[in-house]
Amino acid sequence: MSALRIRDVWKRYGHLPVLKGIDLDIDNGEFTILVGPSGCGKSTLLSIIAGLDNASQGSIEIGGRPMEGVAAKDRNIAMVFQSYALYPSMTVRQNMTFGMECRRVPKRQQIEALERVAKLLQIEALLDRKPSQLSGGQRQRVAMGRALVRDPLLFLFDEPLSNLDAKLRVEMRMEIKRLHARLGSTIVYVTHDQIEAMTLATRIAVMQQGEVQQFADPDTVYNRPANLFVARFMGSPPMNTLPARLAAENSQLWAVLGDGAVRLPVPAAFGDMTQVGREVVLGIRPECIAEQTRHFDGDPAATLLLDIPVEMTEPTGAETIVLLRLAGREVLGRISPDIRLLPGTTARFTVDTRKICLFDPQTERLIA
Amino acid sequence: MPRRLARPAIHAVLLLLAVAYLVPLAAVALNSVRSTEDILQTSMIGLPRALVWTNFSQTWSSYCLAEHCSGIRPYFLNSLEMTIPATIISTLLGALNGYSLALWRFRGDVWVFGIITLGVFLPEQMKLVPWVIVLRELGLFNTIAGLVLIHIVQGLSFTTLFCRNYYTAIPTDLLKAARIDGAGFFRIFWRIVLPLSPPILIVTVIWQFTGIWNEYLYGVTFAAGEQQPITAALIALSAHVSEAPHYGEQSAAVLLAAAPTLLVYLFGGRYFLRGLTTGAVK
Repeated sequence: MSALRIRDVWKRYGHLPVLKGIDLDIDNGEFTILVGPSGCGKSTLLSIIAGLDNASQGSIEIGGRPMEGVAAKDRNIAMVFQSYALYPSMTVRQNMTFGMECRRVPKRQQIEALERVAKLLQIEALLDRKPSQLSGGQRQRVAMGRALVRDPLLFLFDEPLSNLDAKLRVEMRMEIKRLHARLGSTIVYVTHDQIEAMTLATRIAVMQQGEVQQFADPDTVYNRPANLFVARFMGSPPMNTLPARLAAENSQLWAVLGDGAVRLPVPAAFGDMTQVGREVVLGIRPECIAEQTRHFDGDPAATLLLDIPVEMTEPTGAETIVLLRLAGREVLGRISPDIRLLPGTTARFTVDTRKICLFDPQTERLIA
Repeated sequence: MPRRLARPAIHAVLLLLAVAYLVPLAAVALNSVRSTEDILQTSMIGLPRALVWTNFSQTWSSYCLAEHCSGIRPYFLNSLEMTIPATIISTLLGALNGYSLALWRFRGDVWVFGIITLGVFLPEQMKLVPWVIVLRELGLFNTIAGLVLIHIVQGLSFTTLFCRNYYTAIPTDLLKAARIDGAGFFRIFWRIVLPLSPPILIVTVIWQFTGIWNEYLYGVTFAAGEQQPITAALIALSAHVSEAPHYGEQSAAVLLAAAPTLLVYLFGGRYFLRGLTTGAVK
């Protein structure tokens, strides 16, 4: 059954459209992440799902029930806010039971739900504190607890980790993932952080300028980005994109870069010789450009060695990002941290071409 | 002027102004414990020859105003009867107005707020005639209830302005969370917004209490005789000054009449200053 169905949802402020015909189908138990740069409309979409904002056009169904004219409180959803939005004058306990109190849930049932969730999130010791007496991480837990006591059809998360420091963010990210694995709840989660999207989601909706650019599982979004925007937005550092021209030789299709000095074999899946001569944009992930000694699995014909000038290196500890100049263009590669390359020199790199993507320069869509 | 002299000079000027400002209060305070003979024989400004505390008891319960010899007590009670309900009701209504204007945006809310705040700038003389008509139609002429009604309505402009500006600092996420939790307009007000409000409610209460207690024009226009609030009654008191001066009792009456607002300010002043300067909900 579809837990959430969004059909042709538009939102306009005056004449300015911020959502342009969103269609999404989300199954039960899925962890869907809406990701995109700020202003892409992802939070507006979440507000519309929650019933806190109205769509200008289009329909939303939650659990098969149309939400037209249904108030936020009657949608059987729970939401976690970026600011946590804990009620300042209430204790943690009151914060967590307020929703049940409004719904006239019997006292005994309230206590049971509270105890269950407090234990799950390990916040039993905090129940009598006020939000002002909690640390950022604790507030975050309480905000999640307030959503979890309700056992709704749908959980909505609006950038819940953005206000935490880096270390805590990684911890809470794992915890949310563990909770989802354990409870199997349906979650729609908004973030601008593509790493959060990759690590948490079962499916990612990449949004930009009020449109869903791609809606797919993290692997597909990462390896087969639907267009140049997705290719450049997902991944850190992002995918390298270079103008190229297609050429044929020995019944193999090649992507020729720049003046022809560099050419990369195009994956066999794109073996269409009729495309010879076509201008394309070639996309290659930085991790596909590594030091000479790196061994990539698979077809040895798909790996080639190239001498490329090094312009700059960025050691991160776990790996070193190198800025290279390939056929006149800046290109990023990721090499082992043990290898020290001097800027200004030329070094030999292994290039894995199996995951090369080709995009149409006009439509910016993925060709292969 | 050398730098090290500048500060003492400023302090000296400030001190001088403060003294000038406090002289009338000091004179009244001193006169309230002097006998009338003492004042007449020496000067209006001077130290008491002997402390006369009976001025207070007389003026409170037996001094004659117009033809009633019951002291200022009934008028004082009239003022309390008028000020307390008017303060409480106008503050609560202002909080409710401010809450809906700040946190429940609706079409035209800016206009509604603008028109309400316009009341802050209207002089009360301008509203005298409309109020005459309203009170006459309602049958509330020359009643304390009529004055309560006037002060509630007049006070709404200020209380709404204060509360609305305070409530705009409340994050809207709180309301969204509460709406999803299933709380409605009044439950959110009662359980979430009102508990955050003591700083601004104290400010509003002090402001309203002082304003209503000290108000004179409506008191003297819409109430007569035994219905008068203390401010209006004090005038009747001074009307006798030319015939037979009772400076001691009159001074005591002035002090008693000013006491409630002074007390309110002494106890709440701290919050008043704090509330005027902070708007953050933390």
